[in-house]
Amino acid sequence: MSDTKLPIYLDYSATTPVDPRVAKAMMDCLTLEGNFGNPASRSHAFGWSAEQAVEKARQQVASLINADPKEIVWTSGATESNNLAIKGAAHFYSKKGKHLITLKTEHKAVLDTCRQLEREGFEVTYLEPQDNGLVDLNVLRAAIREDTVLISIMHVNNEIGVIQDIEAIGEIARENKVIFHVDAAQSPGKVKIDMQQAKVDLLSLSAHKTYGPKGIGALFVRRKPRVRIEAQMHGGGHERGMRSGTLATHQIVGMGEAFHLAELEMDAENERIRMLRDHLLSGLKDIEEVYINGDIESRVPHNLNMSFNFVEGESLIMALKDIAISSGSACTSASLEPSYVLRALGRDDELAHSSLRFSIGRFTTQEDVDHAISVIRSAVSKLRDLSPLWDMYKEGIDLKSIEWAAH
Amino acid sequence: MAYGEKVLDHYENPRNVGSLDKDDSSVGTGMVGAPACGDVMKLQIQVDQNGVIEDAKFKTYGCGSAIASSSLLTEWVKGKTLDQASQIKNSEIAEELALPPVKIHCSVLAEDAIQAAISDYQNKQAEHKKSA
Ligand SMILES: Cc1ncc(COP(=O)(O)O)c(C=O)c1O
Repeated sequence: MSDTKLPIYLDYSATTPVDPRVAKAMMDCLTLEGNFGNPASRSHAFGWSAEQAVEKARQQVASLINADPKEIVWTSGATESNNLAIKGAAHFYSKKGKHLITLKTEHKAVLDTCRQLEREGFEVTYLEPQDNGLVDLNVLRAAIREDTVLISIMHVNNEIGVIQDIEAIGEIARENKVIFHVDAAQSPGKVKIDMQQAKVDLLSLSAHKTYGPKGIGALFVRRKPRVRIEAQMHGGGHERGMRSGTLATHQIVGMGEAFHLAELEMDAENERIRMLRDHLLSGLKDIEEVYINGDIESRVPHNLNMSFNFVEGESLIMALKDIAISSGSACTSASLEPSYVLRALGRDDELAHSSLRFSIGRFTTQEDVDHAISVIRSAVSKLRDLSPLWDMYKEGIDLKSIEWAAH
Repeated sequence: MAYGEKVLDHYENPRNVGSLDKDDSSVGTGMVGAPACGDVMKLQIQVDQNGVIEDAKFKTYGCGSAIASSSLLTEWVKGKTLDQASQIKNSEIAEELALPPVKIHCSVLAEDAIQAAISDYQNKQAEHKKSA
């Protein structure tokens, strides 16, 4: 444990560090000596060479998801990809209908985009997932209407790491002639994505969850059968008119290299990471009154989300100051709201309040995990000694039988 | 969220953690808050014949600021008369701990806790006199 560097980073689902090999490729695209040109410049070698780098990256990203490079549109990240896909398709197909279907446990970048469309006169059905976080396909089928134009369901959930069956959902969408969008920000390098297999029409990607830089992402837009979207960013007509703006060569090259490394290394890497995650789980699961959130089988290998009953999450995070983890999603941890994702799974507020998300990654070591186990165990025990709820539980009092004064 | 020094100190070294016998007629117990809201405070006071708080204990389920507010409160009420203790205001606790606006409710809860403990003690005394 002595050589463990503190604090320990166990928040790879929030973002990852850039892989040094990726950083190197990016640095080669910045200075006068490097590949700094505007990929849209057609009249000189600086532009041609930048364009070449961008097209190589497009190929690398397409390859990881088994798509055609022509189906990749560069964006600034998964937030923008989600906006472009959902607003773009909803607007384009609005003459056909104005009904959308999504899931209550989606990232805010999807939910808030849907809210905006509601303000514009669209109708949105927010499906309740099952208690394990997975969507019930029959519930989905039943929600489809004559005027449904788009289904947006994420691949991997950012909080609980559960993997939705996008192949099965794609079949349902295609049968009903509904466009299917998938937020796959959390998937690359963790779980195989195959656009030849899954009938996904639009798929959002981000670089910074997969050891690439922040501020770059992509949207897969299927060509066969062709899917149309309305541009959200107007200008020079880059990316076949779907997303204008000078391409950020260094960012794009970074994403390409990161996805290339993911393709080469994901099998071996995931095996190692799954072992570390299982080690973490076995070091924690015998603590009394702990609950795993989300399905443990249909789940990415690097995620563990657990609730520690009778311990409040924020104080737990405070006690764990040497390990960087998150309570709920990074975007909501500044507010006092319990995780809406856990609530949608039917978890009590108490359990939602006491949840921690651990996400392991490329640079996590066995020593890191051992250290985490030991500090978590002592923090939970310290906070339970302080907790009146723990005393009541130990005395056999059912906390639900008490009339708490809400405040 | 960044915490103030005093909050951290109380959180790391909480004062007067524990329980007193809730059936003892000289003990007043206040339990406020709700698990669903993310904080529950239990404050207990032991009162002598002269109406002075000789001991105080707490247990708190909640964030660091809630733990610090209750820990500080136990320090403050010890040695005070019930009358003096009932005058403690949440704003004094918030000021002492330099709580940010989003954490003011923790100090409010602490004020509620001492009020609840005092009234529990007074009810018990009234019962006690009736049955005596
Ligand atoms: C599922 C999911 N969708 C979208 C996003 C947003 O991605 P980006 O940061 O690239 O905009 C994230 C990450 O924050 C995410 O986890």
